[in-house]
Amino acid sequence: MRYLPLTEQDRREMLAVIGAKSVDELFRDVPQSARLPGKIAGLPDHQGELEVERAFQAFAAKNISPSAAPSFIGAGAYRHHVPSTVDYMIQRGEFLTSYTPYQPEITQGTLQYLFEFQTQITLLTGMEVANASMYDGSTGTSEAVLMANRVTRRHKALISGGLHPHYRRIIETTARWEGFSTVIGKADVEGLEDLIASIDKETSCVVVQNPSFFGHVRDFTKLAAACHAAGALLIVVVTEVVSLGLIMPPGEMGADIVVCEGQSIGNGLGFGGPYVGLFATREKYMRQMPGRLVGETVDADGKRGFVLTLSTREQHIRREKATSNICTNAGLCALAFTVHLTLLGEAGFRRLAELNHAKASELADRVSAVPGVQLVNESFFNEFTVRLPKPAVPVVEALAARRILGGLPVSRLIPDDLSVANLLLLAATETSTEHGMGPLVSALKEVL
Amino acid sequence: MVESLDRSQGRAGAPATAGSSTPATFTGNRALQIEEPLIFEMGQPGRCGVDLPEPPKVKDRLNGLRRNGEIGLPGLSEPQVVQHYTRLSQKNYAIDMGVYPLGSCTMKHNPRINEKVARLAGIGDLHPLQPVSTVQGALELIDSLAHWLKTLTGMPAVAMSPAAGAHGEMCGMMAIAAALEAKGERAKRRIVLAPESAHGTNPATAAALGFTVKPIPANARGRVDLAALKSALGPEVAAIMLTNPNTCGLFESEIIEISKAVHEAGAYFYCDGANFNAIVGRVRPGDLGVDCMHINLHKTFSTPHGGGGPGAGPVVLSAALAPYAPYPWIVKQGDAWTVAEDGAKVDGKPLGRLKAFHGQMGMFTRALAYIMSHGADGLKQAAEDAVLSANYVMAALKDVMTPAFEGPCMHEALFDDSFLKDTGVSTLDFAKAMIDEGYHPMTMYFPLVVHGAMLVEPTESQAKEDLDLFIAAMRSLTERAKSGTAAEDFKAAPRYSPRRRLDETLAARKPILRWRPSNSPPGGDPMRQAAE
Repeated sequence: MRYLPLTEQDRREMLAVIGAKSVDELFRDVPQSARLPGKIAGLPDHQGELEVERAFQAFAAKNISPSAAPSFIGAGAYRHHVPSTVDYMIQRGEFLTSYTPYQPEITQGTLQYLFEFQTQITLLTGMEVANASMYDGSTGTSEAVLMANRVTRRHKALISGGLHPHYRRIIETTARWEGFSTVIGKADVEGLEDLIASIDKETSCVVVQNPSFFGHVRDFTKLAAACHAAGALLIVVVTEVVSLGLIMPPGEMGADIVVCEGQSIGNGLGFGGPYVGLFATREKYMRQMPGRLVGETVDADGKRGFVLTLSTREQHIRREKATSNICTNAGLCALAFTVHLTLLGEAGFRRLAELNHAKASELADRVSAVPGVQLVNESFFNEFTVRLPKPAVPVVEALAARRILGGLPVSRLIPDDLSVANLLLLAATETSTEHGMGPLVSALKEVL
Repeated sequence: MVESLDRSQGRAGAPATAGSSTPATFTGNRALQIEEPLIFEMGQPGRCGVDLPEPPKVKDRLNGLRRNGEIGLPGLSEPQVVQHYTRLSQKNYAIDMGVYPLGSCTMKHNPRINEKVARLAGIGDLHPLQPVSTVQGALELIDSLAHWLKTLTGMPAVAMSPAAGAHGEMCGMMAIAAALEAKGERAKRRIVLAPESAHGTNPATAAALGFTVKPIPANARGRVDLAALKSALGPEVAAIMLTNPNTCGLFESEIIEISKAVHEAGAYFYCDGANFNAIVGRVRPGDLGVDCMHINLHKTFSTPHGGGGPGAGPVVLSAALAPYAPYPWIVKQGDAWTVAEDGAKVDGKPLGRLKAFHGQMGMFTRALAYIMSHGADGLKQAAEDAVLSANYVMAALKDVMTPAFEGPCMHEALFDDSFLKDTGVSTLDFAKAMIDEGYHPMTMYFPLVVHGAMLVEPTESQAKEDLDLFIAAMRSLTERAKSGTAAEDFKAAPRYSPRRRLDETLAARKPILRWRPSNSPPGGDPMRQAAE
């Protein structure tokens, strides 16, 4: 077996040093009744690389990839062009096959890029401090609510109807099992929701998304002021991080915690994961943050270096008193993010955002010109909602039959609200072309 | 006079640069060890590492919220970016470089076929919310991995969505809470038992769910004290969280009596599967009476550790807990795969949702490629080689180091620091000296129940020659430590790494968590300074 270096001769010699007759002796602590007589039945034996690759090509052949079909699906995962340099860098063994930098003397590579990553996140979000990443935006949002509960010592979260439905459900699941309450806004299709009146003295935080799940671009400055007046925190979620190249950052609006899904930068769609959660807050709440933090220090020679720091918040030190049970973060996805963002730089990131907005504007104009299709949004970044004259699910199925991935029927994520049945969420990015938009528009005309 | 270009500037209050045994260089570099500034110290306006077309002018539809002012991102060209990260990469130790015996982390070989298949467009380039008719192969792939995991563990169900081991723990413990709720016992069963040697995530998870964590003691053999466990069990106990093989690298030999006692008391058995690599293919946790167990795909099944993630933590569930598995469920209807998402009718009462979309697909793909490469025969052989290697290391070092417990061990060998008694050398010093010998140190000071713990997990991936060299190096270090004259030497280690010991106290006392213009080199970019 190609991954196993020990030969039969090696094994015999090693057993002799140990003083055991066979490897079975080493497993003598396993209770008799749990010892399997041979290998586990019903599973195939080892295979060569060629055979394995063929098996995966067979899986792949049964899917329709957006690389081969026009796609307009967003809803928290966006298809962008990732430069070749990014994928090359994250496959360098020194990054790929290293672990959490517990020994800083020999992991300065990881520590320095995470320090740079943390700085980039503070700049994008307009916040003061950021951690070294979360699993993804959805789980990071739930951690943000828990953090707000700790900071405010309150236990009621007010959730916008513009928050991604999966994110909302994760908060509800956490609330149910970890013991706090939630107030959930109605699906905010029009982008007109006003949560200020719903804030009270028990509210620990208000969770909003910008652009919202339905694509609206909102100003939360007044909401932030209202939160602060009531002693609550404002959590702003961004599922399309490219929008921060064009839209006022949550920090400027007065957000206390910002959580982003970072997938759009450096990370492919990957059927939903792994992605990378970006998590930023105000300096005064730093010690209540979940996750790993990298800090600057000096070594014994006085040279600048980086270490994991403030770990007294974390599970391996604080155990049952930790701020979170999180251990692993999304190191390699954070590397992909930071390499891509470094390639883009100020000019590239802003231009990427402009391109996305321009493509979405074009798509919105063309789709809403199709008879029966009505554009819901007045504002949007690269994603918007349209109302169809009939339910969106069969329309999307009919488009898929024509090999067009024509957006997301909102009802897939909000199945319990009949009022969203005809809504379709459409996204465009810099990867969208005439070769995609043209066929989408003609196919829509056919199926509607 | 030409000033040194050394870019490794210290912070105010830094100790003087005395003590370096080698003469300084002009650049501060040392051959292949190249000092690297931060990207923020390198950027120039007007440089960019991507070429994007000029965006067409359109009317803003941004609700008047256009971002003003500079973001502050540095501009670098593509070659600079490649050089920057390549230089950084060379400051990292990695599995690809040699023995990485970090106990409890299972730093085994990461095969590159895994990376290749995860990047096939038909797998890596799929949107999670495509119509299910367009992702039949992806759903089949997830189910194939699920089938392997269920079969290897002897468990009837698996929840695939948790993003990492700790997330899987959360999932499993929520399932236990859900099962208790269904029986009307959630309010009264508030205690979770966990050994003092448990991973920190175990008590952190239980506490987050509102349980009170009660430690259970170990016996002299490093296993759970069965009598103490039995007396701790009662109508207020919800579950036991137990790692098996345990964090001391030992198989819990009374595991069946433990699970029986736990079940008789009406509680559930959560097994932390971090150490599954030792037994995969030889022992099925289902046969031990486990109710749920997370599987760290990045440990047992070789998905890359990536500098700290991403992981993946599917949770296998017993028949008692299977109904509570969170959404989404991947189910077969006739010939077609479908995804049961939030609110969909399934044969159970899902506890909710833990993650957007369907879980860590990229990790599923890599783990399945590893599993298929190994097959049932290879997985079993890998577990045996991992256990054999750990026992070999322990046997070859037991006369100079001090094993914490009598062997045989499973996949990792645990030593305490009594062999260092009166030498003036601590576990930390010893670990740092290993760095100079070209090794990543073992896990230090964990588990907490052993004084100065050193947890060595060689994995199955090292050739015997490499283990022999590692053993010889360790023996040489113990000899030096015991000579009684080397304490200062050990305290000064490491000497040859890209950085020497870092001041962690300073980092925590005055946290600097981001770059600001004020903490860049005095007088600006040193390269520019030199040019002027």
